[in-house]
Amino acid sequence: MAYHQPAIIAGRRVLLALLVIAPASILFALFTGSVTIPWHAPWQVLAPGSGGLYHSLIYELRLPRALCAFAVGGLLAVAGALMQVLLRNPLADPYILGVSGGAAVGALLTMAAGAAGAAVGGGAFSGALVSILLVFVLARRRGNWTTMGLLLTGVVVAAGWGAVISFLLAVSPASSLHGMLFWLMGDLSDSNRPGIAAAALIVGLAAALPVARHLNVLSRGEYHAAAVGVSTLPLQLYIYLLASGLTAAAVTLAGSIGFIGLITPHLLRLIMGNDQRTLLPASALLGGSLLVLADTLARTVMAPQQLPVGILTAFIGVPVFLYLLNHNRA
Amino acid sequence: MSLLATQRLDVSIAGLRVCGDLTLEVEPGQCWGMLGRNGVGKTTLLHTLAGIRPPDGGVVTFRGTPLSLLSRRRIAQGMAILFQEHDDSFPSTVLETALVGRHPHLDPWQWEGVEDIRIARDALREMDITHMERRWISTLSGGERRRLEIAAVLTQAPALMLLDEPINHLDLHHQIAVLDTLTRRCQRNGTTLLMTLHDINLTARYCDWLLLLFGDGEVRWGPTSEVLTEENLTRLYHHPIHMVQGAARRVYYPD
Repeated sequence: MAYHQPAIIAGRRVLLALLVIAPASILFALFTGSVTIPWHAPWQVLAPGSGGLYHSLIYELRLPRALCAFAVGGLLAVAGALMQVLLRNPLADPYILGVSGGAAVGALLTMAAGAAGAAVGGGAFSGALVSILLVFVLARRRGNWTTMGLLLTGVVVAAGWGAVISFLLAVSPASSLHGMLFWLMGDLSDSNRPGIAAAALIVGLAAALPVARHLNVLSRGEYHAAAVGVSTLPLQLYIYLLASGLTAAAVTLAGSIGFIGLITPHLLRLIMGNDQRTLLPASALLGGSLLVLADTLARTVMAPQQLPVGILTAFIGVPVFLYLLNHNRA
Repeated sequence: MSLLATQRLDVSIAGLRVCGDLTLEVEPGQCWGMLGRNGVGKTTLLHTLAGIRPPDGGVVTFRGTPLSLLSRRRIAQGMAILFQEHDDSFPSTVLETALVGRHPHLDPWQWEGVEDIRIARDALREMDITHMERRWISTLSGGERRRLEIAAVLTQAPALMLLDEPINHLDLHHQIAVLDTLTRRCQRNGTTLLMTLHDINLTARYCDWLLLLFGDGEVRWGPTSEVLTEENLTRLYHHPIHMVQGAARRVYYPD
C-alpha cells in the first residue's frame, strides 16, 4: 500500500470503530462462559434488580473480570506504544526494560513466603518499583542519559530478573509452582477490582495525551525533536516513568501477560499510521478489547479448567498479526 | 543586531578541535557556505550553532540572546536545522512529515489547521514533491526523501536555516533547483542560510559568505570573493585546486 489516507482521518475512523468494538467485546464476555446465558432476552438479564442466578453471575463475576481485563489490556497497550516511541523501536514492549521481571520477583517472593491474594499484588508492585528505579539510576550514571544506554541497561536488568525468577522456581516446593507459573504467564482469574485498573488507565491516558504531539516528533529522533522545539531529556524521563508506571499497574493486577503491549500499537500503526494523538487512545481501546476476548476464551475453551490468559493472547495475536503484516503493506 | 553570532566559541569533539575562539556574525538575508574536509567538524559546529550541542567555551547568541537562555521552542520558532541523517523507524506520510515543521508554532493542544497544511503544501511544491503527499516515506527514493526533509525545514518558516549538506542524494537538476529555491528565500523573505556543501562551484555560485574549517581549530571566514582563493582551497582540502575564469563565472577544479 503505497498511498495512505490522510492520517488524521484514518485515525479518527479507527477510533470510531473501536468505540463500537470495545463495548461489544465486554458484552461478549458477559454472555459467554461455562454457564450459557440466553442471548434472546439480554435486557431482562442485564436490568438492575432483576436478581437471579444469571444476574449475580454477570454482575458479581463476569463484569468485574471483564472490566479488569479491559483496563489491564489498555494499560499494557498504552505502555507498549509509549515504550516503542521512547526507544524508537517498534519491537519494544512494556516489559523490555525489566519492569515485569522485577514485579515477577516480588510476586514470587511473596508467594514463596506463603502469601496470596492482595499481598502478591503488593509484592509485584514493590518489585516493579525497585526495577524502575534501578534502571533509572543505572542508566543515568553513564553521564548522559541516552536511549541506547537506557535500552541496554533495561535489557540487562531484565535478564538479571530472569535469572532470579528461574532460581526461585528451582528452589520452590512443587505445591507453589502452579500458582507461580500462572502468575508468570499472566492470569486474570483473581482480578475482581476493576476500579483500580480503570483509574490507572484513565490517569495514564490523561498524562500521555498532552505530550502526544511531542511524541510524534520524538519518534523521528532526538535531534529532530530538539530541532522543532522539544526538550527531549525531560520528555524522555517523563515517558520512561509513565510507561513503567502503567506497566507496573498492569502486572500488579494480572501478572505478566505477554504480547498485548507489543502487538496492539504495532497493529494499529499498520492501519492508521503513527500519530500518537489518535494512536494512544486507540491502543487503550484495542488492547482492552483484545484482552477481554482472550480472557473470555481463556476461561471457556477448556472449561471447567481455566487457562492463563497470557497463553491465549499469543495464540490469537500471532496469526492476526502475521495476517495483517502480509496483507497490508505487501 | 546580528541574527546569529558567536563570541569566543570553542567547539571540540573526541579530542579534535573544530574551532577555537571563533567570533562570527551572521546578518539577516545572508547566504553562508561552510567548507571543510570530512571529519573536520562541520556537522558538530552546525549542531552547536543550533543549540542542540553545548559549546565547550564561548557563547552562541540568536537575535542577541544566548541560546542557553532560550527555550527549545523559542529557538525552533526562529531557527530550523536540516540533519544529514533521518530515522524512519515508524511509518509516516509525506504530508505528515512536512507538517512536523509546524510543531514549534502550535499550542500544546492545537491540531494542524488549514493554514498549516497550506504552508506545508507550499513547501512540498517548492521541493517538487507535491504529487506524493499521501505516500509513505518508506516508498520514497533517497533524493525525494532529502527534498522532503528540506520541505519540512521550509514548513518551519524560520528566519535562519542551518542545512547540513542539503544537496546530498540529489540529481543535478534538483541540486540547482533546490539551491535556487533556498537562495530565493534569502533574497525575497530575508531568510538567512548557513549550509555545509562539498561542491566548490555551487558554493561559489550561491553563497556570498564563507566559513572555512581547516582543522585544528583554525577557521577563516569572510565574503566569498575574498576567501575562495586557489591558495585557501588547496590548503583546505590538502589537494591542489585551480580556478579558471569562464564566460559567466569562475570554475574551480582539482588537479
